[in-house]
Amino acid sequence: MSYPWANEYKPSHPAMVWLDERLPLPRLVYGAVGGGYEVPRNLNYFWNFGFLAGLCLMIQIVTGVVLAMHYAPNTLVAFDSTEHIMRDVNWGWLMRYAHANGASAFFVVVYIHIFRGFYFGSYKAPREMIWLLGVVIFLLMMATAFMGYVLPWGQMSFWGAQVITGLFGAIPLVGEPIQHWLLGGFAPDNAALNRFFSLHFLLPFVILGVVILHIWALHIPGSSNPTGVEVKSESDTVPFHPYYTAKDGWTVGLFMVIYSTVVFFAPNMLGHPDNYIPANPMSTPALIVPEWYFWPFYAILRAFTFDFFFIPAKLMGVLAMFAAILIWFLLPWLDRSPVRSASYRPLYRKFFYALVVAMVVLFWCGGAHAEEPYIMLSQLATLYYFAHFLIIVPIVSSIERPDPLPYSITESVLGPQPAKA
Amino acid sequence: MAENADTATLEGTPVEGVRRRDFINIAAVSAAGVGGLAVVYPLISQMSASADVLAQSSTEVDISAIAPGQAIKTVFRKQPVFIRNLTPVEIAEANKVDVSSLRDPQTLAERTKEGHENWLITMGVCTHLGCVPQGAAEGEVKGEYGGYFCPCHGSHYDTAARIRKGPAPTNLVVPDYAFTSDTVVKIG
Repeated sequence: MSYPWANEYKPSHPAMVWLDERLPLPRLVYGAVGGGYEVPRNLNYFWNFGFLAGLCLMIQIVTGVVLAMHYAPNTLVAFDSTEHIMRDVNWGWLMRYAHANGASAFFVVVYIHIFRGFYFGSYKAPREMIWLLGVVIFLLMMATAFMGYVLPWGQMSFWGAQVITGLFGAIPLVGEPIQHWLLGGFAPDNAALNRFFSLHFLLPFVILGVVILHIWALHIPGSSNPTGVEVKSESDTVPFHPYYTAKDGWTVGLFMVIYSTVVFFAPNMLGHPDNYIPANPMSTPALIVPEWYFWPFYAILRAFTFDFFFIPAKLMGVLAMFAAILIWFLLPWLDRSPVRSASYRPLYRKFFYALVVAMVVLFWCGGAHAEEPYIMLSQLATLYYFAHFLIIVPIVSSIERPDPLPYSITESVLGPQPAKA
Repeated sequence: MAENADTATLEGTPVEGVRRRDFINIAAVSAAGVGGLAVVYPLISQMSASADVLAQSSTEVDISAIAPGQAIKTVFRKQPVFIRNLTPVEIAEANKVDVSSLRDPQTLAERTKEGHENWLITMGVCTHLGCVPQGAAEGEVKGEYGGYFCPCHGSHYDTAARIRKGPAPTNLVVPDYAFTSDTVVKIG
């Protein structure tokens, strides 16, 4: 779908005309991310993170395919082959550091992208499908990142695999058989490492497929914008190319500066030294923490230290951790306010910032030792997290009195427009 | 019914609204469905523990060198096992606990073999999320109850390896084992 005033694809070269009549792929690209896609003129920088996320996926796929040419998924040699990549393979250190830090960059970008959605109500009708697909992508990213972290077969890899598959062991009755089935044994070993490698290679391409659906669903209603007011006329939009290709290109440059700085000057800043010790099934490191991007959910897992009615603490923690993400699937129906953007929702805006604070607290507690005050803080933050989505958002959306919205996107940019003669 | 009558008569079948094609349809879809399930089964089953992994499921240990108060770590199914020779003091400590006050109520006698009450043999796998608790090796922290302590999320086990404090839901698991002689244990 497109607005009636969108540019039409008109190939001039005879070869392109020939191709267009047989396989209109250039036409598809032109309409999706070219001059044929009309985009609101008032997008702010938060709208650049979708493009950056796509860039991160590409970086991960390219560096990952290259690493797979040198890595061996066998417990006897996995650690050594990782060191072989770091020391012997030409530019191997660059590929591995780019890949490991690329995962972190991907999560930074995607977390901002998601919170852009929370603030500007990007999940609301008619864009629910884009949001749901986005949550699916996030879940796939988490699975992929977890399995990738296991591959070097260091201490953190091994014990991460043990703890995360142990989560499934919390399920009543069938938990332990499921855990053994996932691992292909009684503890993480060669069977688990091999399948994690296989799936770690597969899932990025599944993500790519869902990203295409995500963009397809986006192009049905078109992009949202910071006012949340729908496009009304030609003066509200500009073509994606050259306007937003140029703007995205500029933030790609900024992103690459920050990303390269980490890759070249602090490549192990976000890693754990323990993962440079080969896996030892007989000895657990003193502090097991997942990678930073899992910390909020890990904090929620550990917040349940007491039995909840008849549900044991361990199972409750696992349920809460999964529920913390699955709850996002319900958001389009929990938030009933017809106003999308928090810029015009004074009450919701306050609670949005409270959610950001709760998330920061969970990040901080998830990376710390399981002791006071972190346990109490993560319990409070977990309480707010669930209350925000299940209680506050539905109530606020029914009692709030939103600020007046601008008549149109054009008016929000240029001020009130004279009536047309 | 009336509109079905024509087609039914054409194909020479009873006028019940059921035609030969419906039968062929159901038969074909059922056969394909059963075939599909038959293909899915090996695809799922291949992920379970393979024969060589299952073949490692018993191990024999000589325990003659373990003095009272000492413990060793050994390997069973690629997981650590703790074998601990309890001192009379530790046995008395485990027996004086009110069993009904425990999260996972078990007596020391239920967790050991008759005639070998001083041998506490458990998996070295925390029942919370699977870390290896400390307390088996010389000089390791034994926790507030003198047994084992899991550093990951702070579970304390007592001298019968029963959970006393922290997030773990159950006692350390006692694997299947038997004394083949006074000094040799067969685990699994």
